[in-house]
Amino acid sequence: MGKSVEAKDLNIYYGSFLAVEGVNMTIKPKTVTALIGPSGCGKSTFLRSINRMHENIPGARVEGRLELDGQDLYGANVDPVGVRRQIGMVFQRPNPFPTMSIYDNVIAGMKLNNKKASKSELDDTVERSLRGANLWNEVKDRLEKPGSGLSGGQQQRLCIARAIAVRPDVLLMDEPCSALDPISTLAIEDLINELKNDYTIVIVTHNMQQAARVSDFTGFFNIEGTGKPGKLVELDETKTIFSQPKQKATEDYVSGRFG
Amino acid sequence: MTTTEVKSEQKAAKPVTQLGDRIFAGSAKGAGIAILVVLAGVASFLLIEAFPAVTAPESELPGGLVAYVGPLIFGTLLGAVIALVVATPAAVAVALFISHYAPRRLSQGLSYIVDLLAAVPSIVYGLWGAWTLAPLSVPLSNWLTDNLGWIPLFAGPASTTGRTMMVVGLVLAVMILPIITAVAREVFLQTPSLHEEAALALGATRWEMIRMAVLPFGRSGIISGAMLGLGRALGETMAVAMILSVSGAVTFNLISSENPGTIAANIALQFPEASGITVNVLIASGLVLFVITLLVNMLARYIVERRRDFSGAN
Repeated sequence: MGKSVEAKDLNIYYGSFLAVEGVNMTIKPKTVTALIGPSGCGKSTFLRSINRMHENIPGARVEGRLELDGQDLYGANVDPVGVRRQIGMVFQRPNPFPTMSIYDNVIAGMKLNNKKASKSELDDTVERSLRGANLWNEVKDRLEKPGSGLSGGQQQRLCIARAIAVRPDVLLMDEPCSALDPISTLAIEDLINELKNDYTIVIVTHNMQQAARVSDFTGFFNIEGTGKPGKLVELDETKTIFSQPKQKATEDYVSGRFG
Repeated sequence: MTTTEVKSEQKAAKPVTQLGDRIFAGSAKGAGIAILVVLAGVASFLLIEAFPAVTAPESELPGGLVAYVGPLIFGTLLGAVIALVVATPAAVAVALFISHYAPRRLSQGLSYIVDLLAAVPSIVYGLWGAWTLAPLSVPLSNWLTDNLGWIPLFAGPASTTGRTMMVVGLVLAVMILPIITAVAREVFLQTPSLHEEAALALGATRWEMIRMAVLPFGRSGIISGAMLGLGRALGETMAVAMILSVSGAVTFNLISSENPGTIAANIALQFPEASGITVNVLIASGLVLFVITLLVNMLARYIVERRRDFSGAN
């Protein structure tokens, strides 16, 4: 668990439109990397290219290399389904399966990977994952209730539990707190700090305080104008990005003088 | 507080409403009441006209009402159930292909064709069934009874004309396929992409994603589509009247020349020559069909409601 991700001259296209250009980035294992930048700058597109989720949009493709511990994620024989089993994802809005109970939600991914898991194995996974997501004490008495009956923050932690139930190498988070209230946000941020002991985490956020609070490294994406590709301007330790960034654009953005 | 006080308070605090709002509310209420009135009218007509048949003495109605209507109920249900069993899986498959597998241009064309199928009048299906499908079914029936004759459904002897319950069921299946497909397709297309992405991000293949996200979400849609189709199959008159060769036998043997009739087709065939108590008997059978359809719809409601908590509507 906890592998490195490396992008080398990565270009991401939607059809003929170049959405993200020339990303070179190394994400170290068991660290939290935050991706910040204005809307439409390609940070979410880049995040989704890491587990090949962006391929759900017809015409999406990449050039360059993206590696997970040296293994090419876009190699000719690589199945995107297999990539997604190694790289978990948490979305902007909590999306537990509404037709499943809390219990079934947690083991949904495990059922795909390991169809013959025994009842006790499943029970252990559910408890481990829900404890890992700091949700166990709140839901242990109602595991058979639908997941959609939980509060927004609980649903998001359920989604995190679902993602870590399959012990992924990397956990991607696409603005995981943007639909949550401040208290739930705090709970998720605390959780991210604990999860980094086991997982490599990449988080996209619009909230710079959040990036400063939770991440070890921060990458700033920017876009020159409408229709132009997004680029990675700078990636450095979070402290450096927020105190003495090397690029002027980064400084303007983090200090709020953007635009 | 007494009631008069409440009334006067309400009067004093009468909310301000716009004329347009009142007109709309009034016409909506009127439409709602009209439906109930029409339904009550139909139901009371059936009840009043069926009453003489229910109370008729044995001498006027040999064998009694139950003996007359029983085989018809059986035939109606048998034909409709065959149609439903054949059509539902096919419709779900077609709907999934349109909503989640086919490239966009192909899926649009296919949608149009499926909708077009729904617009074909039932008499055309009847002609097709009686003239084309029935003769074509004879070799199949022979093969079925030779090789699978141990299954009571195909016990045979196979009909030489092909005007069998099996052909009726298949024609009804083709007739109800478009409506089930259309309803299922619309529901599948509305699956929240959030849930599809949740499944895909866990490493689900497309089929696994459909099983985890699309089918559970579309469950109520499949059921309502199937019930709409079942309603049509139960009430279908012309196609059945044209195809089926009726002997009045109660049998699960689908391919012999001994077939039970269906309520709707029986009314259509017998009504022109009916008089006196026979008319009341036919109307009584219509009442039974009405009740069956009502029960089917209530069952469908119950199934959809039962797992409301898990439906994703909250």
